[in-house]
Amino acid sequence: MPLSLQEVQRIAELARIGVSDAEARAVQSQLNDIFKLIGRMQKVDTEGIEPMSHGQDLELRLREDIVTERDQREQFLSLAPEREQGLYLVPKVIE
Amino acid sequence: MLNASLKELSAALAQRKISSVELTRLFLERVEKLNGSLNAFITLDAEKSLAQARAADKRIAKGATQPLTGIPVAHKDIFVTRSWLTTCGSRILSNFVSPYDAHVIERFNGAGAVILGKTNMDEFAMGSSSETSFYGPVKNPWGQAYVPGGSSGGSAAAVAARMAPAATGTDTGGSIRQPAALSGVSGLKPTYGLVSRYGMIAFASSLDQGGPLAKSAEDLALLLNAMAGFDARDSTSVERVAEDYRRELDKPLAGLRIGVPKEHFGEGLAGDVGRAVGAALEEFEKLGAKRVPIGLPNSGLSVPAYYVIAPAEAASNLSRFDGVRYGHRAKEYRDLADMYRRTRAEGFGAEVRRRILIGTYVLSHGYYDAYYLKAQKIRRLIADDFVEAFKRCDVVVGPTSPTVAFKIGAKAADPVQMYLNDIYTIPANLAGLPGMSIPCGFGRDDLPVGLHIVGNYFSEAKMLNVAHQYQKATDWHQREPAGIQP
Amino acid sequence: MNWEIVIGLETHAQLSTKSKMFSGGSTAFGAPPNTQANAVDIALPGVLPVANKGAVERAIRFGLAVGGEKVINRRSVFARKNYFYPDLPKGYQISQYELPIVKGGEIRILTESGEKAIRLTRAHLEEDAGKSLHEAFQDKSGIDLNRAGVPLLEIVSEPDMRSAAEAVAYAKTLHALVRWIGICDGNMQEGSFRCDANVSVRRLGAPLGTRCEIKNLNSFRFLERAIEFEAKRQIEILKDGGKIIQETRLYDADKDETRSMRTKEEAHDYRYFPDPDLLPLEVSEKWIEEIKAKLPELPEAKRKRYQTEYALSPYDASLLTDTREKAEYFELVCRSLEGPAPKTVANWITGELSALLNDRGIDFSQLLISGKAFAKLLDRIKDGTISANVAKEVLHGMANGEGDADAIIVKRGLKQISDAGAIEKIVDEVLAANAKQVEDYRAGKGKAFNSLVGQVMKATQGKANPGQVNEILKRKLAG
Repeated sequence: MPLSLQEVQRIAELARIGVSDAEARAVQSQLNDIFKLIGRMQKVDTEGIEPMSHGQDLELRLREDIVTERDQREQFLSLAPEREQGLYLVPKVIE
Repeated sequence: MLNASLKELSAALAQRKISSVELTRLFLERVEKLNGSLNAFITLDAEKSLAQARAADKRIAKGATQPLTGIPVAHKDIFVTRSWLTTCGSRILSNFVSPYDAHVIERFNGAGAVILGKTNMDEFAMGSSSETSFYGPVKNPWGQAYVPGGSSGGSAAAVAARMAPAATGTDTGGSIRQPAALSGVSGLKPTYGLVSRYGMIAFASSLDQGGPLAKSAEDLALLLNAMAGFDARDSTSVERVAEDYRRELDKPLAGLRIGVPKEHFGEGLAGDVGRAVGAALEEFEKLGAKRVPIGLPNSGLSVPAYYVIAPAEAASNLSRFDGVRYGHRAKEYRDLADMYRRTRAEGFGAEVRRRILIGTYVLSHGYYDAYYLKAQKIRRLIADDFVEAFKRCDVVVGPTSPTVAFKIGAKAADPVQMYLNDIYTIPANLAGLPGMSIPCGFGRDDLPVGLHIVGNYFSEAKMLNVAHQYQKATDWHQREPAGIQP
Repeated sequence: MNWEIVIGLETHAQLSTKSKMFSGGSTAFGAPPNTQANAVDIALPGVLPVANKGAVERAIRFGLAVGGEKVINRRSVFARKNYFYPDLPKGYQISQYELPIVKGGEIRILTESGEKAIRLTRAHLEEDAGKSLHEAFQDKSGIDLNRAGVPLLEIVSEPDMRSAAEAVAYAKTLHALVRWIGICDGNMQEGSFRCDANVSVRRLGAPLGTRCEIKNLNSFRFLERAIEFEAKRQIEILKDGGKIIQETRLYDADKDETRSMRTKEEAHDYRYFPDPDLLPLEVSEKWIEEIKAKLPELPEAKRKRYQTEYALSPYDASLLTDTREKAEYFELVCRSLEGPAPKTVANWITGELSALLNDRGIDFSQLLISGKAFAKLLDRIKDGTISANVAKEVLHGMANGEGDADAIIVKRGLKQISDAGAIEKIVDEVLAANAKQVEDYRAGKGKAFNSLVGQVMKATQGKANPGQVNEILKRKLAG
């Protein structure tokens, strides 16, 4: 089923990407072409197939519980668009 | 020197026929001459490169050298590099200087190699043409109206135009192999987990793998020796004993079983590419290899499955670019939500935004099973196809890309056509298998054709052997683009 | 018509590891902002998570404590929970979704009507977010990411509780357990242990009602008040014929009420999927066995054992087992004892000693009195060297580090007078000086006897053996 304009706007909001109505319309038809391509999967019977979510069938390696990092705050903060008193600043978060 | 192999360069440096500073200058001059038209590099910094070259010369003087000491290497701008700009081809990282080096960069630095510059690429490696870069499209050295392939198009073009003796790239759906094919160079995507992803800006984490691009398989082996290796900071990095990937280069191919998948020679494959690949298969038979017809019945589903999995992972991976801790932030905004929306709308280009939307949709409530889970099951089927195939053959060989390079702009408006470029390369990413592309002739408009070789897990040495023997018997890999000779 | 309250709790216990869930950053509390936020924690481009073995080990310990091997998933999966918030640097939280590390188990609580099992749905590993500070700046919020990546165990109960008191009993039992097994320091002020409560109400026998989630209750008292307020609110709405809206609510301690967090009510769609950076977490039988072997005896087992082995009441047994340190101290004392019964030990530990610790604001680990020394003190009561009253004084001296019981008794001259002749002499003096009381006693006023005993004790500075004083006094008064 093709994506409605509202759905395009909804996913854009979920992804926090601003789109105008005109952009949404333009991207809507491209997305629908892509979903037509993706839709080819649906014909295949995958009953009982184990999903593959990694590029290798291995188990997780664990790290020993040791502190290895030192304070690099000044260097990291210097990358931030806005910072003060050791904090990253953002527009007020309303609770 | 510009055409010399890495082995030759290494010998010349060791014998003091040339210093690393001289060699680096030589390539920097070449870059200066050509980059204006090819746009293969985003960032160059001669001072930093030459400082590394001087350090390499000291090391050579002390005799403490490794094979890559003093050799300049171009790095895809997806590998974060301390004190260099790392943009990933995006506006959102247009001001980003990483406080740390990627594992791959550490490896090259440790080996004494010189960073020649950071190469242009599709934004966040999303593309097959290197047209989606915020820093403008890369041109194909074989014809500047054509794309070099992507996403590692800057690296491929740099090697093809002899602006760099070697380069690094990353491959999520073909991003090393397809540009190698379209630009007439050799490129290798290793087994998933062989090269650490630490410091390689993530596109689709379960598919991404770094690898080298160079003029020959022999050079690739030398580069892979430096790049591969366990890294505790990447949970998917595989703990293995270090190998010398050159060790099998000289083995004869007699008795080699070459699997030829019929699905990769059907509809959609351009005649010129099919003919060049056919000739290569005959060449292999001359070298004593045996052709084995195989089937990869689910490989037709690889593009649909890929365009669910890769965007889903990408949408999540790219959420960190929010204008809070680093990178671009919109100038004006009403509130926090508006800051996010504008920052990300301005910071990401059209293709990246499109893929984020696809990925967000396929994971969203109510669609997960139909898209993401389904794609993961198909991924399993595709991987299982290879398991079956490798029971009957040693390597799988076919075309890397269905066509030779296309014109810049030709597919820009049609994402689906663009996506189908990677139809032969994507299955190896989904399965986690190693794949490579080597030049095997020329097609329409004298543009290069790439031969695709897929091996079993961790069989890089074998694949390099197959490629090297072919390159000993042919000279396609030594051809260089006309009109830009120094 | 009777109403029933139905409560389920989601508890976040911060695991007591040195380093974070997925990075080598320190988890120490109270560092200056962002000084413990490293490259992985702030989600620099290219960084990757590596899971902390110590955190996984603690989660397994918890599973073993609440349900044994059968509730440990041998294979669990880390998943990404995607949402945008400035204190969430990656734009997703790494958590566990479809396959948590612990599935099932139960917590047994003591209620007015006896023991009750609260079933656990699951417990899963996840990372904490950072902190947003809203007060310091005009129109801005400051983000401190020190907390980002701290390991948490989210423990989810079934909706098995039927009153605020039961919810508090569950939370307290769980709180004691996580400290007991050493996986969480339980510090609620620092946020190491916090609860969300899902509350609904229904008429008895009716199907489950619509629930509201009350977030971030960081004290047992708030938990109780919030549930009580919320249940009352819901019942009133339903009585008026209204409907409960499923929503997240915040408890305001100052106003003692819950209120809707409307700004956060936008449709959440977390787009969970397996984290491609982290392979499936496999737990081997061998590892489980190793962890199990090191697991201390659990409070429930100890409670049962104290009742059979030491003939203690369920109440005493539960008082002694509210912390592991206390229970272990009790056992240590019992093992060193010569004379007295464990019941006496229990009374002393839950009474005088607990009061002393409380007054001094210290716990058993800081107590200067070894179990052996404490046993010696109790032995001295039993063998008549000192009275129970004097023992309290000795105890305080021991807690001050003045030496062992015997030394303090000698130094302060507290040895009980048990010499019959000496006591008789004092009794005679007291009787001579208190003719009025003697008369009263003989006239049948029993109270006068107590007063005479008091006089004798006073004259001996409390050191006379109380049994002997009684006996001699009685004899003399009868004579």
